[in-house]
Amino acid sequence: MRTTGQRIGLTAFLIGFALFVAILPLSRYVLTDKVLSETIQKEQLADVRMATASMQGKVYASSFSFVGDYRAAIAQLNEGFKRRNETNRLVQDYAFPVTKAASTGFFPDNSGLFFWLILLLCMGGALLYILPEQRALPGIKNNDIYHDPATNRGWIGVVVCGFLIGFYILLYFFPEYMTNWVLLFDPLSQLLNGGPASQWFVYGTLYTLVILVMGVRMLIKYRHSRYQQFRTLSVMFFQTVFAFLVPELLAFFHQPAQDLKNMWPLDYSFYFDYRIDEKIKAGTFGIFLLVWGTALWVLGVPILTYFFGKRWYCSWVCGCGGLAETLGDPYRQLSDKRLGVWKLERIVVHSVLVFAVVMTAMVLYTYWSGQPSVFGFLDSYGIRSAYGSAIGAVFAGVLGTGFYPVFGSRVWCRFGCPLAAYLGLVQRFKSRFRITTNGGQCISCGNCSTYCEMGIDVRWYAQRGQDIVRSSCVGCGICSAVCPRGVLNLENDSTTSRRTDPGPIVLGNNSFRIQ
Amino acid sequence: MKHLIIIGNGIAGITTARHVRQQDSTVRITVISAESDHFYSRTALMYIYMGHMTYAHTKPYEDGFWAKNRIDLLRGYVEQVDTSAKRIRLADGQWLDYDALVLATGSVSTTVDWPGLSASGVQGLYGLPDLERMEQFTKNIERAVVVGGGLIGVELAEMLRSRHIDVTMLVRDPHYWSSTLPAEEGKLVGRHLLRHGVDLRLETELKEILAGSRQTGPRQAGPRSADPTGRVRAVVTKTGEEIPCQFVGLGIGVTPNVAFLKNSGVELGKGVLVNEYFETNVADVYAIGDCNEFRQPILGTDGALRKPIEQIWYTGRMHGETLARTLCGSRTAYRPGAFFNSAKFFDIEYQTYGTLNAQLTDDEQTYYWEHPSGEQCLRINYRKTDQSVVGIHALGIRLRQAVCDRWIQDRTPFATVVSQLRQADFNPEFSESFTDQLTGHAPAGSPDRRKGWFHRLFSATH
Repeated sequence: MRTTGQRIGLTAFLIGFALFVAILPLSRYVLTDKVLSETIQKEQLADVRMATASMQGKVYASSFSFVGDYRAAIAQLNEGFKRRNETNRLVQDYAFPVTKAASTGFFPDNSGLFFWLILLLCMGGALLYILPEQRALPGIKNNDIYHDPATNRGWIGVVVCGFLIGFYILLYFFPEYMTNWVLLFDPLSQLLNGGPASQWFVYGTLYTLVILVMGVRMLIKYRHSRYQQFRTLSVMFFQTVFAFLVPELLAFFHQPAQDLKNMWPLDYSFYFDYRIDEKIKAGTFGIFLLVWGTALWVLGVPILTYFFGKRWYCSWVCGCGGLAETLGDPYRQLSDKRLGVWKLERIVVHSVLVFAVVMTAMVLYTYWSGQPSVFGFLDSYGIRSAYGSAIGAVFAGVLGTGFYPVFGSRVWCRFGCPLAAYLGLVQRFKSRFRITTNGGQCISCGNCSTYCEMGIDVRWYAQRGQDIVRSSCVGCGICSAVCPRGVLNLENDSTTSRRTDPGPIVLGNNSFRIQ
Repeated sequence: MKHLIIIGNGIAGITTARHVRQQDSTVRITVISAESDHFYSRTALMYIYMGHMTYAHTKPYEDGFWAKNRIDLLRGYVEQVDTSAKRIRLADGQWLDYDALVLATGSVSTTVDWPGLSASGVQGLYGLPDLERMEQFTKNIERAVVVGGGLIGVELAEMLRSRHIDVTMLVRDPHYWSSTLPAEEGKLVGRHLLRHGVDLRLETELKEILAGSRQTGPRQAGPRSADPTGRVRAVVTKTGEEIPCQFVGLGIGVTPNVAFLKNSGVELGKGVLVNEYFETNVADVYAIGDCNEFRQPILGTDGALRKPIEQIWYTGRMHGETLARTLCGSRTAYRPGAFFNSAKFFDIEYQTYGTLNAQLTDDEQTYYWEHPSGEQCLRINYRKTDQSVVGIHALGIRLRQAVCDRWIQDRTPFATVVSQLRQADFNPEFSESFTDQLTGHAPAGSPDRRKGWFHRLFSATH
């Protein structure tokens, strides 16, 4: 039952959220000479100025008409260059910076006010809603999850899903239509990295704030479990410091901005030419980043996964995991547990791993040899951009996070993440980690399977007295937490003591033995 | 054996079917249930009501599993067992022939002849129909009474509290579950129930259930005339106190579900009488799980006698595992190991191993430790004669069954058990170490040493 404070919090959050959505179409757009000279490269400025002459001074009420006219003008310009075979003069797409700079009117003039208002309403409201949960006695709090349309694939879940998908599509494919959100974050970006905000800065900031606020919720919900508390604090720390602050500060000091805990093949562009060059140019520190990033997956993954299982990364450090374990926690029960889906998962996630390895090998071949064509017919640039949009944007973003309220919180980690596949291979075949089943104490209730975000049918193993050794297990420990009979425990022990063959009979019955 | 019929698709019947299929790929297996199309976990009924799970989540096997393993599922109620012709009759008139028949029909909720028992809104909690009724009769109500201080009683209380319904719990004895729990544990659970807002009335017995007129619930409409639905409106205790309520949950135990066997020739006591091979007095008819009763009490391999009727999930499963051997040709007697059971009282998990009597016997001594928070405890009972451990109770602490089982079967002395306690620690990583506190290695209430878990992460032994 909600308290008055919680109702106020929820209302404040919804107002803040509505405001955030409402500012999107609030700007007017005027293309001026100043806008162009701020955004277009000097050598192309004259061309663009001439092509967009008809737009100059005209007031556009929406970004759609503005971008439409602007793109048409540039297309016409480029058409002319192509006709005259002057391909070196072709103008690339400046729609995002131009639209952002062309914004004018009440909103851009008062974006600071909106920034603080939205931040205060959303975060303050969310915390007002979350903090009173402390009054309840500590323990598993899953009451009404399947009665609530927000968490049982009901209408609220569908609405949230629609918003998230829309957000990711804008972010990855149409950033020129979300410039008002980017304007909101310009001052913060200036403060942290000395430059204006990009759509990625907006995403990174929102991502971190969401992990922090929903992390507080997680800390309260599982305040009876130290494992959950430490793990949540860990993902909050790694997101805030390693994924957000450190890269921004590196950029501030004109160093290559890198998330020191991210690694190839999740960070699929790590070995792309421009990122290698950027690091080599940066000297000793850049070389360190290159060596560090390589050592993480060459040495860090096998060694740490051998000792602790893939959880050391997936549910303690990783940013995707961090979002899944905080924002995604209310949706963890929605993952599909069917056997057929497990089969699909294994095919898909290992295919992505193979794709990532092949793509990176081609990119490196091109980097060393200068030949973009591999085996005579494959274009490494084409392959890498295909990977970037299909896997990096659509799979990880739109599908992976957008579908949280429908398919659960780990769609990307389970079906798409090549790093998870790699960590999983180590965990499955050479690791001290397992989830131990406590003899014959399982009552087959199904809480463990229901709340497994990776869709593992934990109960299948538990009721047979078998240890759970699965490549996909991220070691979040929720199965152990929700088990009403203390049957499951995450443990590291000698690799030979993992009981994957339970024998004919579950512990507690001595009627016969077959050895 | 060509056709095996199993009546009942609970844990006992289904375990039999699965284990028979593992050992025999040819026998035809039919499992009959009146309650549900598929096997589901009865123990999870409360979680459906509380919204933790849906019914689908409580099914341990996907629906396609049964066809794949050629286990035929039949929905129907068996009305008659004709042992002389080796056939059974379903409620729809259909006759089925069997070569072997397994009775795994479970239990029904126990009732006492209280006046007003038939009022609507008065029920136990055993199966899916109970859950549906409870869903219907607890909609928008304000107050409920739970009768009985046992496992079902506390589950009912937790379910009702999850819907913010005020709960009064009537317990006959001076503390909660006194048939099983010694006073300290019973009081610990009692305190926890009070913290969860349960109005726990100890030493209080139900005398009468009032239904019909003067209904005070929010559903009331019209004048104070007799309520045609006969809906419960209050209970009266033996001291004469009237407690208004719109729902009464009965948690005073379960009784073997054997009424349909009365004229079958199968010999009945409280349950279906069987020997240690689960054989009834009729050839090729077996009984397992909640519904059976052993003629001679079974001796566990730890040397302790088991109750003739043991209505426990684990027992049903072990019966099924064992009977499947007999059905497949190797006649196998039931030999349980050290007794074990578990439960959860709101947020406090409970585990027990071995024989832990609520009252000590002459040869028993007890050791009891309770956390200063009053929400965790450990009890170890051991023999005076050779100091060997006979039973363990843990509340709010997870113990490793394999270790406890070994201690009890090997008659390990108490001092050794205490020194090895860490081996039995099954609490999640980073948990406060109860073993250190208990063995005096750390002052009570102090957090676990950092070295403790760090050491554990890397060490090969527990």
